[in-house]
Amino acid sequence: MTTTVAAVTEGTQAPYALSHLDALESEAVHIFREVAGEFERPVILFSGGKDSIVMLHLALKAFAPAAIPFSLLHVDTGHNFPEVLEYRDRTVAQHGLRLHVASVQDYIDRGVLKERPDGTRNPLQTLPLTEKIQAEKFDAVFGGGRRDEEKARAKERVFSLRDEFSQWDPRRQRPELWNLYNGRHAPGEHVRVFPLSNWTELDVWQYIAREGIELPEIYFAHEREVFQRAGMWLTAGEWGGPKESETVEKRLVRYRTVGDMSCTGAVDSDAVTLEQVITEIAASRLTERGATRADDKMSEAAMEDRKREGYF
Amino acid sequence: MSTTTSEALSETTLLRFATAGSVDDGKSTLVGRLLHDSKSVLTDQLEAVERASASRGQEGPDLALLTDGLRAEREQGITIDVAYRYFATAKRRFILADTPGHVQYTRNMVTGASTAELTVILIDARNGVVEQTRRHAALAALLRVPHVVLAVNKMDLVDYQESVFAAIAEEFTAYATELGVPEVTAIPISALAGDNVVEPSANMDWYGGPTVLEHLETVPVTHDLSHCHARLPVQYVIRPQTAEHPDYRGYAGQIAAGSFRVGEAVTVLPSGHASKIAAIDLLGEPVDIAWTTQSVTVLLEDDIDISRGDLIVPSKDAPPTTQDIEATVCHVADAPLTVGHRVLLKHGTRTVKAIVKDIPSRLTLDDLSLHPHPGQLVANDIGRVKIRTAEPLPVDSYADSRRTGSFILIDPSDGTTLTAGMVGESFASPEPVKDAAEDDGWDF
Repeated sequence: MTTTVAAVTEGTQAPYALSHLDALESEAVHIFREVAGEFERPVILFSGGKDSIVMLHLALKAFAPAAIPFSLLHVDTGHNFPEVLEYRDRTVAQHGLRLHVASVQDYIDRGVLKERPDGTRNPLQTLPLTEKIQAEKFDAVFGGGRRDEEKARAKERVFSLRDEFSQWDPRRQRPELWNLYNGRHAPGEHVRVFPLSNWTELDVWQYIAREGIELPEIYFAHEREVFQRAGMWLTAGEWGGPKESETVEKRLVRYRTVGDMSCTGAVDSDAVTLEQVITEIAASRLTERGATRADDKMSEAAMEDRKREGYF
Repeated sequence: MSTTTSEALSETTLLRFATAGSVDDGKSTLVGRLLHDSKSVLTDQLEAVERASASRGQEGPDLALLTDGLRAEREQGITIDVAYRYFATAKRRFILADTPGHVQYTRNMVTGASTAELTVILIDARNGVVEQTRRHAALAALLRVPHVVLAVNKMDLVDYQESVFAAIAEEFTAYATELGVPEVTAIPISALAGDNVVEPSANMDWYGGPTVLEHLETVPVTHDLSHCHARLPVQYVIRPQTAEHPDYRGYAGQIAAGSFRVGEAVTVLPSGHASKIAAIDLLGEPVDIAWTTQSVTVLLEDDIDISRGDLIVPSKDAPPTTQDIEATVCHVADAPLTVGHRVLLKHGTRTVKAIVKDIPSRLTLDDLSLHPHPGQLVANDIGRVKIRTAEPLPVDSYADSRRTGSFILIDPSDGTTLTAGMVGESFASPEPVKDAAEDDGWDF
């Protein structure tokens, strides 16, 4: 009546088994190759953050020994960490890639966008991004978004259709069956593609360690002048901190995610190697965004609203 | 919770599974409980749930809130789409396709089950096997999900009686087996109280089997590939044309079924050209053998014309090519599928024009009755279709190969995904369906 299963302890040594990292890697490579086969002008969103670094690594593997058939696009908020920009430029040069930059600062200088009272520029990225996609006629845009990051993303497709305003309509998303992705779209529309959809934060770190991928130094513990705002350690800088009521102190910190300086918080850490970082993360009792991203704390529906407007 | 570095760094296996159950069966609570008790819910997520529960005046955290993501759902208190959840134990990494169980969401369950190796079907112990349960079992059987778990929930409300569980398990197993489901594991649980979800239940010592999580951790994810037809759909041709690699020509793809070896005689379909595998490149590492779901690049001994959409197969085990496909489909779009409909059909890496020649029958999942010549299929309908394609396709039967026996139909005008198709017979068993020709289309 009940079928009991003999407890087999499966190592990854079992014949024809794929380890979880191999399975995720193979799936991501499959996604990159599908896009290369079906789209005219794909582009990879590349910020120099760990998820986009892993994306690029996977793309390089997918087409080796040939070059990747995509260019890169960075939405520069103007408040990026210098270490990360330096890493970005070095990587682009190393692989002979073409980098497009959409600059939030340009839009502010031209008066098209206004600085927000809270100084954060993350929500301001949407317009430069969507206008660059239109201007360059990109038809597939790879993002490093993962479904485990946030509740609205849990329902995101691997191929996510956006209309000519880059808007995401949760009810217009197509069912994704087996591994048969449907990338068809009307002229002016594009598809956001998320090769890391099924990865968790820990998977990304484990993969970085396994593959020996180099990261910007700010991911490891270092001394930094920070001040506390909304329960996070923010980097002091010209972007708008600290205010008079906030005190700067020198602390040993590392970053778990890298975004805009104004809303990316550091965590206290003395992890200087990848192994130490991974051990800290595995033992951490706070999710990545909950601990370090102010922008997602806005409201229960914040991410859903921003996605509808065309955010990543 | 202390984690050693070696544990945090070690690679495990991956299980993709799906859930099915109705709004009231406690599915969100079961999923919430799995995440919560396996320590996959982190402090801030739990705090958010506690805040939301308190603001609604609920006592204690409502674990269902962990999984209900979109605003419309929070307002209606139901789940409206497939949501993907991630959790891990020391033994395994899990990807859960969490699908709503309400009747109008058949397509979501089909979507979730299409990539799942295991389905958890939830039943309320007080209600037993109901119509909806039979629908869920039929869908698991149609999608050929290898492992089915029957979670008999709310055992606390039937005083944890073994007889209640045994009767339900027996009825369900008999039904699922008749449909050809290869394996059913029935587990008595209380998602609310936590019995047999992660921790063994103190209230049911008559049950000697695994908890839901123990079963998920140990169910085999490896397959014996010796009886599989090897299939490699070509996604992309890699030609560096550089000084270093002037003549490199590799055929990149993800192995859809079986395994390939260097030296093996292969045939390329639909052209029928034959060659031998000269080398297999596994993402930068030369290997002698590669198997299903590895993404590889294959190099052949002969310079033949191969492009995206072709299929590389062993010469001794090539599928027939055909322009006439008969399949069981689930219609997933809001607009109906009609006889004469001109569509695009995507199979593997190939997309071809096609026309819906006939819709011989619609299947009612509740009682597996066939309704002949419905004329059209509407959203969430399951039916048989005959399709004529503009070019010959090397299709396998879905029973033999879930990846090369499946296809989707696409609307050429706006790109909508219309229909999910499975080539060949609906069910593994010979005759589970009954003809409802006498019914004149009445559904009783």
